[in-house]
Amino acid sequence: MAEGKEALFSKQNKALLSDPLNDNNPISVQVLGICSALAITVQLKPAVVMSLAVLFVVIASNVIVSLIRNLIPGRIRIIVQLLIVASLVILVDQVLKAYAYDVSKELSVFVGLIITNCIVMGRLEAFALANGPWKSFLDGVGNGAGYALILVLVAVFRELLGSGKLFGIEILGHKAKTLAESTGLYSLGYENNGFMLLSPMALITVGIIIWVQRSKNRKLIEQH
Amino acid sequence: MDFLRKKFDEIRKPFNPGGKFEKFAPAINSIDTLMFVPKHNTHKGAHIRDGVDLKRVMVTVIFALLPAMFFGMYNLGYQHFSQLGESTAFLDCMIFGAWKFLPMLLVSYGVGLAIEIGFAIYNKHEVNEGYLVSGMLIPLIMPVDFPLWMLAVSVVFAVFIGKEAFGGTGMNIFNPALIARAFAFFSYAPQMSGDKVWVADASTIDAVSGETILGQLAAGAHSSWSVLDMFLGYVPGSVGETSVLAILIGAAILIATGVGSWKIMTGVVIGGAAMGLIFNALGLNALMEFPWWQHLLVGGFAFGAVFMATDPVSGAQTEKGKWIYGILIGFFAIMIRVFNGAYPEGMMMAILLMNVFAPTVDHYVIAGNIKKRKKRLKAA
Repeated sequence: MAEGKEALFSKQNKALLSDPLNDNNPISVQVLGICSALAITVQLKPAVVMSLAVLFVVIASNVIVSLIRNLIPGRIRIIVQLLIVASLVILVDQVLKAYAYDVSKELSVFVGLIITNCIVMGRLEAFALANGPWKSFLDGVGNGAGYALILVLVAVFRELLGSGKLFGIEILGHKAKTLAESTGLYSLGYENNGFMLLSPMALITVGIIIWVQRSKNRKLIEQH
Repeated sequence: MDFLRKKFDEIRKPFNPGGKFEKFAPAINSIDTLMFVPKHNTHKGAHIRDGVDLKRVMVTVIFALLPAMFFGMYNLGYQHFSQLGESTAFLDCMIFGAWKFLPMLLVSYGVGLAIEIGFAIYNKHEVNEGYLVSGMLIPLIMPVDFPLWMLAVSVVFAVFIGKEAFGGTGMNIFNPALIARAFAFFSYAPQMSGDKVWVADASTIDAVSGETILGQLAAGAHSSWSVLDMFLGYVPGSVGETSVLAILIGAAILIATGVGSWKIMTGVVIGGAAMGLIFNALGLNALMEFPWWQHLLVGGFAFGAVFMATDPVSGAQTEKGKWIYGILIGFFAIMIRVFNGAYPEGMMMAILLMNVFAPTVDHYVIAGNIKKRKKRLKAA
C-alpha cells in the first residue's frame, strides 16, 4: 500500500493529529457530540472518564473498520459499523461498571449513548472507510483528543465556578454555614454560581469557547 | 456653554487623531456626545430629519425611570425603618435608600460601560448608547441586599452574552437587563429570593418578615398588604418595581414622547387581566384566588410592561405584532407566576420567552399582510 512508503509521522499524518484539536475540532467547529458535552460536564471526573471512553471507542472502531474496510459491502456498511461500535461501547460500559462503579453510575446512560455519538460514526464514514489503519488510528486519537479537550475545558469551568472544586477537591476554600467558619474565598463572602450546574451554562460555555476560538482563528468564520 | 466646550476640547486633545491616546477615542467621544449635542448632522439622503438620535431616546427613557427610581430609594428606607419599628421620616428614608441604591447604580454603570468601551476600542467603533438604559434598569430590578460583586458578575454576563455576543447595541435578541436578572436568579438563588433579601439588612435582623406579596401567595398565605399600598408601592420588592403610580408616570412620559409603544403596554395589561380572570374562575389556591386586577399591581408586572416589554430592539416591530407580543407577555407572566411557585416573578420569564418569539410574530404578521395584498391584487 502507498502509506507503507510514507514516514510514520509525515506532515500529513501529524495534521491528522493536530487538526481536530483546533481547526477542525469535533465539538467547537463541527459541533458534533454536543449532548454528552452538555450532560456530563458538571464535574471534572466524569468528564475525564467520558473523554477516555470516547477516545478508546473512536480509536478502536476506526482501526477495526479500517482493517476490514475492503470486506464490508457498501450497502450494509452502517449496520457493520454500528455493530462494531456497539460491541466496543458495551465493553467500555462493563469495564466501567467493574472498576469505576461510582463514575459509571454518574455517567449513566451517556456511556451507552456513545454509540450514537456523531463523532464516532462521523469518523468511520468520513475517514476510516477510505484510509489505512495507521492513519485511521491517528485520526481517532486526534478526534478523541479534540473531544476530550473541550469536555475537560468546559468541566473545569463548571466545576470550579459551580461548586468551587476540581476532581472533588475544594480549590476555593471550604464553605461552612457561617462566614466566620468558612475558609479561602468563601470567608470573603464568595458564593458558588448555581447557574453553572445547570445545562444551559454548558451550552453557553461551549458557545464562549467557539467565540474565542473563531476570533483568534479568523478562517473558521463562515462567509455568507 | 462656550467656556465648557473649550475646556472639554482641551481635555480631549490627546484623544484626537494623531494624539497620544488616539486608540481610546471612543471612550472620550461617548462622554463628549453625552454632554454636548453633536455638531454633525446628516448630509445625504436621510429619510428622517430630526434631532433625535439614539442618545436622546435613551435619555428620555432615563427620565421616565426617575420617578420609579426615586420612589424605590424612598421605599428602601421606608421598608427598613418600618420593619425595625423606627420612625419613617421622609428625609431619613431617602438618605438611607440613596446610601443603599447608589452603590448598585455605580457598580452597574461602571462595570457595564467599562466593558462597552473595551469592546468599542477593540472593534474600533464608537461606543453605543444602549447601555445607558440597561445600566439603570439592572439595579432597579434587583433586591436591595444583593451583594455588589454578584451584581457586577451579572452585569458582565449580560453585556457579554446578552449583547456583545450578538453584535452589540441593536443586535441583541434578549433584553440585556433581564438577562442580568435571569443570570442572577439562577446563579445566586438564595440572594435573589426568599423573605430576607427584599428589605435592607433584613438578614441581620431576626424579626423581619420581608416577604414579597407574590412570595406570600406562593407560600399559600394571603397577602397582608392593602391595595393602596400595592398601588403606591409601600411594599417589599425589587428596588424600582414596587410603585405602580411612579411607573405610570414613567409610562406617560414614554407614550407622550413616542419612545415606548402604548400598544405593547396595553397588550400586556389585557393579556395579564385575561389570564388572571381565567385563574380567578378556577380559584384552586391562594395565587389563583388573588384578584386579577391586583395581579397587575404586584411584583414586576407594571415595571416589566412599561420598561422591559417596550424595548424596541428585542420586542416585536410590526404594529399588529406589538399587540400579539404584548398580550402573550401578560398571558404568560401570570401563568408562570401561578403555576410555578418557585418562580414567583413570571414577568421576567415571560418577556425573555417572548423576546425569542418576537421575530416569529413579526414574520407571520408580514406574511399575512403580503397574502392580503396579493388577494386584493387578484380581485382587482
